[in-house]
Amino acid sequence: MAAWVETLLILLTLTNLTLVAMSRLGACIRTVALQGIVLGLLTICVHPHTPSLYVLLLAGGSIGLKSVVFPLLLGRAMRDTHIRHEIEPFVGYGVSILVAALALPVSFWLGSRLPLPRPASTLIVPLAFHAILTGLFLIVSRRKAITQVLGYLVLENGIYTFGICLVQESTLLVELGVLLDIFVAVFVMGITIFHINQEFNHIDTDRLSALRD
Amino acid sequence: MQLLFVGVGLLLASGLVCLMLSRRPRAVAIVGPAGAVAAALLGIVPALRVVGGEILPPVQWAWSVPYGSLTLALDGLSAWFLIPVLVVGGLAAIYGARYLGSYARYKALGPPWFFYNVLMASMIVLVLARNGMLFLVAWELMSLASFFLVMFEAEQESVRRAGWIYLVATHLGTAFLLALFVLLGQQAGSLDFALFGKTGWVGGRAGLLFLLAIIGFGTKAGFMPMHVWLPEAHPAAPSHVSAVMSGVMIKMGIYGIVRTLTFLGSPAAWWGWVLIAIGLTSGLLGVLFALAQHDLKRLLAYHSVENIGIIALGLGVGILGQVCGSPVLALLGFGGGLLHVLNHALFKALLFLGAGAVAHGAGTRDLDRLGGLLRRMPVTGVTFVIGAAAICGLPPLNGFVSEFLVYAGALHGIASLPVSVMLSLLAVVPGLALIGGLAVACFTKAFGIVFLGEPRTPEAAGAHEVDLSMRLPLVLLAAGCVGVGLLAPLVVGMMAPMLAAVSGVDATATGESLAGIRSLLGQVAASAVLLLAVIAFLAACRRRLLAGRPVTSAPTWDCGYAAPTARMQYTASSIAQPLIRLFDVFLRSRLDLSAPRGYFPQDASLHTDTPDVFQEHLFQPTLRAGGRLLAGLHWLQHGHVQVYVLYIALALLAALVWKLG
Repeated sequence: MAAWVETLLILLTLTNLTLVAMSRLGACIRTVALQGIVLGLLTICVHPHTPSLYVLLLAGGSIGLKSVVFPLLLGRAMRDTHIRHEIEPFVGYGVSILVAALALPVSFWLGSRLPLPRPASTLIVPLAFHAILTGLFLIVSRRKAITQVLGYLVLENGIYTFGICLVQESTLLVELGVLLDIFVAVFVMGITIFHINQEFNHIDTDRLSALRD
Repeated sequence: MQLLFVGVGLLLASGLVCLMLSRRPRAVAIVGPAGAVAAALLGIVPALRVVGGEILPPVQWAWSVPYGSLTLALDGLSAWFLIPVLVVGGLAAIYGARYLGSYARYKALGPPWFFYNVLMASMIVLVLARNGMLFLVAWELMSLASFFLVMFEAEQESVRRAGWIYLVATHLGTAFLLALFVLLGQQAGSLDFALFGKTGWVGGRAGLLFLLAIIGFGTKAGFMPMHVWLPEAHPAAPSHVSAVMSGVMIKMGIYGIVRTLTFLGSPAAWWGWVLIAIGLTSGLLGVLFALAQHDLKRLLAYHSVENIGIIALGLGVGILGQVCGSPVLALLGFGGGLLHVLNHALFKALLFLGAGAVAHGAGTRDLDRLGGLLRRMPVTGVTFVIGAAAICGLPPLNGFVSEFLVYAGALHGIASLPVSVMLSLLAVVPGLALIGGLAVACFTKAFGIVFLGEPRTPEAAGAHEVDLSMRLPLVLLAAGCVGVGLLAPLVVGMMAPMLAAVSGVDATATGESLAGIRSLLGQVAASAVLLLAVIAFLAACRRRLLAGRPVTSAPTWDCGYAAPTARMQYTASSIAQPLIRLFDVFLRSRLDLSAPRGYFPQDASLHTDTPDVFQEHLFQPTLRAGGRLLAGLHWLQHGHVQVYVLYIALALLAALVWKLG
């Protein structure tokens, strides 16, 4: 089972790296959907012995939300706003992938220092960190509101991965909180994207700086 | 205790229902006050039983918040502060039902009732809390709920300004409280109050904690110079909220100070001097600034500062009594201060509700636009004069009793204590007398300008008495003022267990010391009854003499004025002018006068304005300098969401690396 867990984790990291280097929004959304499936499978694999109803529900919920509902919502936002590409990100794609790659050793260092109960695989904590850092990086370095929502989802995926490796009894609480969080975030961002587009005819968040005090 | 929890539950539930029914003002005006009144009726039972000497076991539940536990207990001190919360909270709710009704056409009434009930619930939890975390949560809830209530008419620029001043002031105060509880918890090893009391506090540490408590709690209580939010926020809030804020909420600051004193064990003499100095400053400057105001509610707000000063004087005298080992002095000081807490709650709530009735009936709170309301609003007028006499400390009302205790304490101390302590007490007696005298002057002005004479405007002439549901709380509060005044020996007797606990005097010594005071108060009450009998006799004589004779009204000053107008009367400025000029060193009133010129003057005008000295010369310059300093950081705020997230991410990462590295 450990081999499966590590394979899935590496898949997660690869999707992260892909996401950083991608400019077409449609493909980005599909990649995040793929991450959702990976995480669902990961939930099952981390609890190998008894795939209880609770774990199955968690996995099902995760896959359903992260790889079906959110991509549909975001896809619609994309169509409504007629945005296909992330043009001119703050950080170019080449540099982005370099940053994401550099984040890996940082995450491994952080993971090695964290005093945590030993999880199912030594890779879980560093790679969860990496997902969190990548998500943050996406939010910081991209212009379009949709890409920022994707960054937020990646960040949440990282926290989710982190959560399933920790104490297994309290995961339900963690999960419910996280899922609710994302759900609200997607809704709010969806509405915001729509309204920003209506008002300003674009969804470039950096051009909103005129709204500051 | 269970009754109190049910009460808190009812308050929160009715508040939520009000929020949901926000579109139906009639339903809200029933549900909100009903919840508050029911909670008051339920809660008063255990409060009175505990004041009567019963001991209830504390209640404890686990709480998932770090360092927090839901530890609640009702001892004498809590019960003593709980009584004004419940009495004033309940009566002001009855009053508010009708008062807020006049806003129903253009404002949602759900939120104000929600916040009102939350305010009341948070104050109940606050006095019951025995854990620092729970205490601070209740404290913040109380501050926020009252902030939203102040902001009720936020469409007005002045109200928004008042609201922000209040929010900033209250959070500055909370910052000191946070430091206080962190220091207390650090040494005691837990945030439970029970452990604070058992930790021995020594010298410097105890003094630091005392000062933190004075600043943190004093900001809420309204000690000068931290009082600046009071004269802004009280006039801005709806009147029944002002009554609760001024009558009860600022007392929570006093509660905090007294509670902290019980943790800190034996006090140092300079604590008493600090409290006496604060008391004299707040009392004198409070009443002087009140004297210079033209807005009825602003005037009352400054009187709150004055009365908080009197309470601080009482506490200071009590501390000196503890230091010198004089139980009589300690009991008289704490007794006077704490009794004044209850008394001020009664008469200040009465006066604020009366001011609200005036604003409701005549449409303005500006003294110079009122006049002659006693005939038009007899119940409001009579209850207002009772409240005014009580706040001035005149017998036979309750204000006299508590000030009398402080006087008695100070005089006893002067006669019996060493010179070093005696000198500070020597300042208390004339200070208190001066405060009382100026308060009489101030309420002569307030009552005279508003209720006597002729109406100055058509609105005042057309004023009408308020509804029964608004008159009832006025009458009950006035009855409370008279009742506490006449039953003073009983009330002081009831305070004995609590006073013994607060002042650290053992119960038998307390009984002995209080016996003398009670017999003295008995004589006072007897002479008060006599005074009332004389007043009744004179009234009967007047009635008898006037019976069967024509009573007519004629123009005032009908001696040579061809066309007297109401504008020839004393104004709010002119009646106070001699005293204002005398104390101009402190007040710095602005006078804007264009005097009449020539033999046939065309126009003339006079405008006086007395802004708060501390706000003008202390806080505004300091805050402005701080603002200029921080403007240098403005480049950090440029509106790019991405960079804001980058700040957060870098800060988190740096914290993580620092912790793990």
